[in-house]
Amino acid sequence: MHRVLASFVILFTISVFASDEDGEKRTPWGTPDFSGTYDTATLTPVQRPRYFGSSLYISQEQAEKLASDWRRGIEAGSADQDPNREAPPVGGDGSPGAAGNVGGYDTFWIDQGESYNEVDGKFRTSIISYPENGRKPERTQLANARLRAFYGSFARNDGTASWLDRGDGRGPYDNPESLTLADRCLQGFSSSGGPPMMPALYNNHKRIVQGPDTILIQAEMVHDARVIRLNGEHPPDDVVYWMGDSIGHWEGDTLVIETTNFNDTPGSFPGSQNMVVTERFERVGPRSLQYSFTVEDPTVWKDRWSGEYVWPESDENIYEYACHEGNYAMGNILRGARRLEREHQLAQAAETQ
Amino acid sequence: MFIASTQICHATWRHAPLLAVFVLLAMFTLPAANAEEESWVAPRLPGTDVPDFNGIWQAISSAHWDIERHAARAALQLREGPVVPVPHQKVLALGSVGAVPGGMGIIKGGGKIPYTPAALATREENRADYLNRDPEIKCFLPGVPRSTYMPYPFQIIQGNDTLFIVYEYANADRDFFFEDPGPAPVDSWMGQSYAQWDGDTLEVEVTGQIADTWFDRAGNHHSAAMRVVERWTRTGPDHLLYEATIHDDETFTEPWTISLPLYRRVEADARILDFKCIEFVEELLYGTWRRNPLPRDLEE
Repeated sequence: MHRVLASFVILFTISVFASDEDGEKRTPWGTPDFSGTYDTATLTPVQRPRYFGSSLYISQEQAEKLASDWRRGIEAGSADQDPNREAPPVGGDGSPGAAGNVGGYDTFWIDQGESYNEVDGKFRTSIISYPENGRKPERTQLANARLRAFYGSFARNDGTASWLDRGDGRGPYDNPESLTLADRCLQGFSSSGGPPMMPALYNNHKRIVQGPDTILIQAEMVHDARVIRLNGEHPPDDVVYWMGDSIGHWEGDTLVIETTNFNDTPGSFPGSQNMVVTERFERVGPRSLQYSFTVEDPTVWKDRWSGEYVWPESDENIYEYACHEGNYAMGNILRGARRLEREHQLAQAAETQ
Repeated sequence: MFIASTQICHATWRHAPLLAVFVLLAMFTLPAANAEEESWVAPRLPGTDVPDFNGIWQAISSAHWDIERHAARAALQLREGPVVPVPHQKVLALGSVGAVPGGMGIIKGGGKIPYTPAALATREENRADYLNRDPEIKCFLPGVPRSTYMPYPFQIIQGNDTLFIVYEYANADRDFFFEDPGPAPVDSWMGQSYAQWDGDTLEVEVTGQIADTWFDRAGNHHSAAMRVVERWTRTGPDHLLYEATIHDDETFTEPWTISLPLYRRVEADARILDFKCIEFVEELLYGTWRRNPLPRDLEE
């Protein structure tokens, strides 16, 4: 008995000492403790912009220069505006942007971080590291056809029902189902909830709560929550989820998650029901995790794609992102489109008279 | 009367050995059973001294229809009939599927909600205009405590000084603060939850809820001043006791408490499924603004 107690005390002391020694937070039941709130905002884009060429990394000087340019842009956009300025022209000013650039998101909304993501001490040009060009692989014909079907009716907003003059006359705002999952508040955009879980234009916090058998990862955007069961089995194929069914297991101190059982329009657009996502979380600093992922979906992409970026822990709290409850935009978009169609028809009738 | 007593005495005498067994059983087994119940200790979260709440739980009650004690009625919204109230034409086609089952209510003490006269009048208006007013119909986030006893499971994920609930309904969720976060910086649908241990009970103060959520499908409502104090206690391997005291001076004359058991979903394949009802209510909320609206008139 005494010996058992003594070994327990020794083990306990060792485990406490070990956790101090390597800076690893551990749960009371002994696994690495990843619980916390993380701010995944980063200036490193998911796909590598062409101007970075084939390089996965930039130098610290380059990264700092680009970050400071970005910061200056944000500061300029945050300057007080002239309250007596003219209204934007009807139909927008012609520049690309939300709703013909009559005014959408200003810099107040944008929170893409302030620095490039540093993986293994090097600044990254893209989160995607395979394929080596840092971009998602070529899509299949089937995937392209699906995208054409969805986006085929989209056009630049010129303030008219221009779709009535085109081909089949199908418009981008015919039905609530015509709009994106994010517009419908069904999922956050840019695969914010994933998987794979990506940074987006704003609302980039992720929250991890870790139980002994279940791990919860919540994306701030649209309060998307993933329940990851440890060491379980996926349900039958016909049990499907917007964010798939996630099963996790520990490989040493790395949490590995496999996600299958997606519905046919997963939150990670434009994946399909055949997508398989493998994610890995590992601690790389006292207050940071490295998140790595591989996506395989032969229905959509001709090759797998993978990437990684570091999630720094944040002292901020996540507050509710209630999207649907205040989604006045959905009704306004549909009503606006109906009004443009009426105006277009009246104008045509007047021309033919 | 006398004869009957004699007969009982006679019967008792005849079955004395059996009675003795019953008495003995009662002496030894009943107290033992009570003692077992009283001495039941909730399993601890591994490596900690706090009870483990992890699991998938669900209420089995009719509280989601009406938290007050109520008789069954024909529909969620009624209209005057020639003899008795009858289902409103918008829910008529559902027949008995659209009827409301009765229930004993979950208000502690069995009483009614202590509404102020004005708030009671609002409740009656809510009922009369139910189809337009219940936020559940629009798939809006349910708030607390309604989320607890809706007819959907929810999952508690509990770690070291962390706890998170994922609700199946509307994929709602809420996180719990274990350190005082101060006043909620902004009101929200699910409020701000601040949890503290009171022995083996998790006491949670929920503040910062907007006025737009309801308690049930019977028009019971509150104001933005509501403060809810929940008490979560494990009472057995597969049972939780959920109690919540409602403080809201703008709506009620005094605080009142609800109390109901929650049951563990024990099936091996129990899990939270998607119920993103937003897509199920798009036709209701936006259907009239489709380019080619579907007929909505009941006669068509």
